[in-house]
Amino acid sequence: MNRCQSIAEFTGWQTELKAAWDDTAPALRVCDGTGCRALGSQKVLAALREEIAKRKQDTHIEVVGTGCPGFCECGPLITVLPQRISYQKVKTSDVPEIVEQTLMQGTTVERLLYTDPQTGEHIRLEPDLPFYQKQKRLVLDLNGKIDPTRLEDYVALGGYSSLARVLGAFSPDQVIAEVRNSGLRGRGGAGFSTGTKWQLCRDNASKSGAGYVVCNADEGDPGAFMDRSVMEGNPHSVIEGMVIGAFAMGIHQGFVYIRAEYPLAVENLRIALRQAEAAGLLGRDILGTGFDFSLSVRLGAGAFVCGEETALMASIEGRIGEPHPRPPYPAEAGLWGKPTNINNVKTWAAVPLIISHGADWYSGIGTEKSKGTLIFSVVGKINNTGLVEVPMGVSLRQLIFDIGGGIPKGKAFKAAQIGGPSGGCLPAEHLDVPMDYESLASLGAIVGSGGLVVADEDTCMVDFARYFMNFTQEESCGKCVPCRIGTKAMLATLERICAGNGLPGDIEYLQELAEVVHNSALCGLGQTAPNPVLTTIRYFRDEYEAHIIEKKCPAKVCKGLITYSIIPQNCNGCMVCLRECTSNAITGAKQELHHINEELCTRCGVCREVCKFDAVAVN
Amino acid sequence: MLHLTIDEQSIEVHEGRTLLEACRENGIHVPTLCYHPALEPYGACRLCTVEVGAQGRRPRLVASCVYPCEEGAQVRTDTPLVQRSRRVTAELLLAGSSASPEIAALARELGVTEVRFRLPEENACVLCGLCVRACNEIVGVSAISVIRRGIAKKVATPFEVQSSRCIGCGTCVLICPTGAFNFENVTGFQYVSPSESAYKLGYYRLGSELDLRPNYVQDVTALLQNPEDRQAANE
Repeated sequence: MNRCQSIAEFTGWQTELKAAWDDTAPALRVCDGTGCRALGSQKVLAALREEIAKRKQDTHIEVVGTGCPGFCECGPLITVLPQRISYQKVKTSDVPEIVEQTLMQGTTVERLLYTDPQTGEHIRLEPDLPFYQKQKRLVLDLNGKIDPTRLEDYVALGGYSSLARVLGAFSPDQVIAEVRNSGLRGRGGAGFSTGTKWQLCRDNASKSGAGYVVCNADEGDPGAFMDRSVMEGNPHSVIEGMVIGAFAMGIHQGFVYIRAEYPLAVENLRIALRQAEAAGLLGRDILGTGFDFSLSVRLGAGAFVCGEETALMASIEGRIGEPHPRPPYPAEAGLWGKPTNINNVKTWAAVPLIISHGADWYSGIGTEKSKGTLIFSVVGKINNTGLVEVPMGVSLRQLIFDIGGGIPKGKAFKAAQIGGPSGGCLPAEHLDVPMDYESLASLGAIVGSGGLVVADEDTCMVDFARYFMNFTQEESCGKCVPCRIGTKAMLATLERICAGNGLPGDIEYLQELAEVVHNSALCGLGQTAPNPVLTTIRYFRDEYEAHIIEKKCPAKVCKGLITYSIIPQNCNGCMVCLRECTSNAITGAKQELHHINEELCTRCGVCREVCKFDAVAVN
Repeated sequence: MLHLTIDEQSIEVHEGRTLLEACRENGIHVPTLCYHPALEPYGACRLCTVEVGAQGRRPRLVASCVYPCEEGAQVRTDTPLVQRSRRVTAELLLAGSSASPEIAALARELGVTEVRFRLPEENACVLCGLCVRACNEIVGVSAISVIRRGIAKKVATPFEVQSSRCIGCGTCVLICPTGAFNFENVTGFQYVSPSESAYKLGYYRLGSELDLRPNYVQDVTALLQNPEDRQAANE
């Protein structure tokens, strides 16, 4: 790859790559994101390459490892081009069959297709899958289409043309106006207008003569992995967005702050940075326009609080990852006291799209106040676990049932925790809430970073709140008193309730603590930590009361409040539960009624799972 | 000059002042724990919270020690929300530091009558960070810092081994508001090095010029003596 010395040279190169990009040639795309890798996609990739090489084809069949297309539930995922046949849950043992039948003979391996749970029909082509049909994939569009380690793929599909356009034809003010008019709001959770934020930083940076741009890729919410997937699957989109932003703000240095626990994202990002620099798209004199922008990676060491912007900056500077009070805001005095603009991965990745399609196009998507698309990672008790990109304003119901495929095993939906541990949970009565900043905030939840954890009828909401409080308490940096000790006090109260030792007044105590922690904690981590507790009390107060007053866990989850017993009518003495019990709490003999010793029983539930005769009751 | 209202009192302050400074200059009492006039504010104890409103904005709680005065700000230091916040925060401090007379007195002042939560271990250190900041800002050696996070956070030297940067000046001991700083355990020094000018710097800046209450250091002279002298004095 040659360094592009001018915009014209880049455009020429891009035209060549576009012409060479052939969607009609046979090829295999294998998801090589972290999720599919965990399910064995790398072995599948290797096996495919080996199998194809063995057959000595006349026509070259390319096997590409791509980023995550989002349908993680069904991984490892393979798409066969040019037809776009989608094979799912592929194992290495399926490889010869795929090569023989689909690549050689042009037929479909039916058993690897997605089966519609409602109709029982196989769905052959990727675009026809209901999971993708209701989505609007903009930021995630190229995930699953390109090899993230090849700059040429990104450029062939239009990548860096926005940067070339901006550098060639836009003034910095025009870029900011475009971003502001698009209505783009920060995708890290707070939802502040990106254009306004850029303007503030530009004004301050021009006064102080220096500044920084930062990409916040310190994604740490339980069950959230959209930032990781964008970084893994399309790192150049983030880089392009940052160069455009830096140009708009007149800034020449930037950082990507990414957690070390995302090794593949770090690797792909580093590859992309080297390529962009070699191609003249980053570094000194970008595309011969005289604009300099250097971008480097900073690794986080696994503290959730470092996703908070002031703690993030402290960490980049090499200080303890503790937040400090605002004001001053980063746009006034950020990294090393200089104006600093921090945006989330998805915000940066949306910028090239806005430039290439125009502000009007972007602001035409979504609702009145929330524009564009949102990416959710839909996890928990849901059929189609994965990454979903939808226009703002789509209802929670559409997200969970139409795209997410509903709740497994025909169970009832109970609640969804939206926005990670800082967000709130919404019950079934609010399934029709439009997913946008204002609507969610009015109900006590937040868009947040887009984590969505689904709970079904078997989930205990007190235990659910306890889980999230346990997370924030463990991740509290400990600097301020309300967060350090307040979250601990809230967790202890929730643990007491779950253990069956809840006291009258505990709900009120939790609410009192929640108010103080929310109002007086130093940073966003502490201020939002009570949200899961407050929303579960708001919508599921009866469950709290059942735990505290009746000493019952209605969902039969909290171990201190349940007992396992054998139903005599159903037990035929098969000894399966007796053998499986890890604490030797079950006694009995073959064809004799079994008995569970409550003293020894650890309430692990294994006996109930293994019993084929429904002979184990939990009360 | 900026003009603001604190508790319905019209106040004029110099630009750059914090709300806490404005309150204290005008005789309005605001409790603090992690604040010291000789050091950069830290905003950690959250006892100095006040309610700030401005035109078109909903009143909210801010830590007055770090919040700058703004033109036209409406500040209240005594609303029920402020009182609840300070009281619950003081109660939380008692969860682990109830044996500290200073914390107990502070909690009494703020109306704490019961302690509904206890940490498993009692520790008079409330992580106000004064020692760490004094070591960095006054002495200039940064021999101590906070390590770990959350409830496990504590003041220590790097890797919890005796720091080669520590000059044994004892400023950390002087500034500790609860007398929790165990000089020997944290720094590894058995006595304050009297020959160091840094000690005098710390002592005078904290103890004499400004109102540091040296009563927490029960015996300043003992700290100054070397062990042989101390032993001789005891005999």
